[in-house]
Amino acid sequence: MAILVIAEHDNAALKAATLNTVAAAQKIGGDIHVLVAGADCAAAAQQAAQLQGVATVKVADAAHYAAQTAENLTALVIAQAAGYSHILAPATTFGKNLAPRVAALLDVAQISEITAVESADTFVRPIYAGNALATVKSADAVKVITVRTTAFDAIGTGGSAPVEAIAPAADTAQSQLQNRELTKSERPELGAAKIIVSGGRGLGSGENYHQLLEPLADKLGAALGASRAAVDAGFVPNDYQVGQTGKIVAPQLYLAIGISGAIQHLAGMKDSKVIVAINKDPDAPIFQIADYGLVADLFEAVPQLAAAVG
Amino acid sequence: MKILVPVKRVVDYNVKVRVKADGSGVDLANVKMSMNPFDEIAVEEAVRLKEAGIATEVVAVSCGVAACQETLRTAMAIGADRGILVETDADLQPLAVAKLLKALCDKEQPQLVICGKQAIDDDANQTGQMLAALQNWPQATFASKVVIADGKATVTREIDGGLETLAISLPAVVSTDLRLNEPRYATLPNIMKAKKKPLDTVKPADLGVDVTPRLTTLKVSEPAKRSAGVRVADVADLVNKLKNEAKVI
Ligand SMILES: Cc1cc2nc3c(=O)[nH]c(=O)nc-3n(C[C@H](O)[C@H](O)[C@H](O)COP(=O)(O)OP(=O)(O)OC[C@H]3O[C@@H](n4cnc5c(N)ncnc54)[C@H](O)[C@@H]3O)c2cc1C
Ligand SMILES: Nc1ncnc2c1ncn2[C@@H]1O[C@H](COP(=O)(O)O)[C@@H](O)[C@H]1O
Repeated sequence: MAILVIAEHDNAALKAATLNTVAAAQKIGGDIHVLVAGADCAAAAQQAAQLQGVATVKVADAAHYAAQTAENLTALVIAQAAGYSHILAPATTFGKNLAPRVAALLDVAQISEITAVESADTFVRPIYAGNALATVKSADAVKVITVRTTAFDAIGTGGSAPVEAIAPAADTAQSQLQNRELTKSERPELGAAKIIVSGGRGLGSGENYHQLLEPLADKLGAALGASRAAVDAGFVPNDYQVGQTGKIVAPQLYLAIGISGAIQHLAGMKDSKVIVAINKDPDAPIFQIADYGLVADLFEAVPQLAAAVG
Repeated sequence: MKILVPVKRVVDYNVKVRVKADGSGVDLANVKMSMNPFDEIAVEEAVRLKEAGIATEVVAVSCGVAACQETLRTAMAIGADRGILVETDADLQPLAVAKLLKALCDKEQPQLVICGKQAIDDDANQTGQMLAALQNWPQATFASKVVIADGKATVTREIDGGLETLAISLPAVVSTDLRLNEPRYATLPNIMKAKKKPLDTVKPADLGVDVTPRLTTLKVSEPAKRSAGVRVADVADLVNKLKNEAKVI
């Protein structure tokens, strides 16, 4: 049995999600091969070779993989698929865009966002915004899976797998990247942060969000997150959104500030180790899952908190 | 240009579902059902493209039990021109839905399929990508802006690090993210008009599609419950607890 892990990277470096995906592959068991498709991606491939438990790294280096379009990556994965029992990708926007396309061409089901491996063909995945966990068994010859990164501890480094160049597939030319605007931040990535300071509609404006939450996040070395309401209102960019349809996070400490605690928001953060809620409404649903609840006006409490943790 | 919009009937997003005691699934008896919220956004987008003179016809498709007719009527009340119900009592998984939609695309020849990025019941986030693959069409998932001009679609996508814009040739599949638009409320006259719009019913067998599930659900369980913790008196109390009790700062 061999497992193909599709690496997520930006050519220069692997994304942390790849490390969690390799960890899930180890739980399944078998030879793990990592596919790095990119343009001038030798550095990312080298990093993949150092991951523990990786047997081989396959690198397809070509200009038409620079944009990481699903059409071109799928053609490559399909060309490489023979001999693999499992094909894994992280359940990030990258993996979610790609894995179903691969599965359909292999005529197999895709299993989304697994949170546990029961056996080589049986997996656990959340459904209904995490209000239920389904244990599903696949009857397909190849299992195409996306992995919820927060459910698997990142694999360590120290390995030295061989790196093998493979032939790129033809350019499908179906899709052209015109522009990419990545949010620049000195802060830790939401998915990998130990502490997250997250703000909701209660902040009232983007200005308030930045003025109140940034000093606190700076002091804690935290990433910033938000509810959908805060993103919709334009306080912060879309990639701050935590929830069923945003990012799934599980930090050591999650501070929910001015967030009511809708099911869809809880779906993205309820596996955090410690949850703090600051909300002026004592009946806000967020208090039902918070380890520490502070009923207070956030405009008073947050500056006090930032001062106290300094 | 014809646009096909797949719409799924799902548990209303306000409902907190309960897992059945025997672990066989979630309890859906007497639970409010609605159109998947992402699909409402998809219908709205298609109707706006028609209102802008870019699309000529909007066809809504739903696959599932007879009650999906209501979902199709809702789509037609927003402005879809007609509906197609692929009627079956079978448990439909994304690959099967994608194959049904492929068969309909072959028949209807739309230039664009706009679907939701994810159904809020199975949270699969697969069907649009699978359909695009089966058709060998390009895809633009998680769209927050769609511009159709000169035979191509220019789509802004919400990705983990921010936003990206893709230009894709048509025909293509686009899947909607939350911020693409805000769906209108269907007015009473439009709800009445929707009742008279054409609604065809076909069966998976008529389309030559085998919908047998590939995944078997062995059990459905409740996630570990988080219990409410304590209320802290003030910020000093909170900081003290975070430092000395939880030891997370
Ligand atoms: C299909 C679908 C998907 C969704 N996906 C997501 C998702 O991924 N993530 C997500 O977050 N949401 C999602 N939502 C939206 C979700 O249902 C809620 O609408 C949203 O989470 C509410 O955000 P909020 O808590 O910031 O706003 P609100 O619910 O308006 O809560 C604001 C809170 O701030 C408090 N507050 C106000 N002023 C103060 C003050 N001065 N001091 C202290 N507290 C104050 C209020 O008491 C209130 O509790 C989704 C919805 C749908 C339909
Ligand atoms: N049974 C169905 N009938 C019609 N459309 C569906 C059905 N299932 C999924 N879809 C479409 O595919 C999208 C993604 O669903 P999923 O892949 O199940 O998360 C939905 O938002 C719908 O647009």
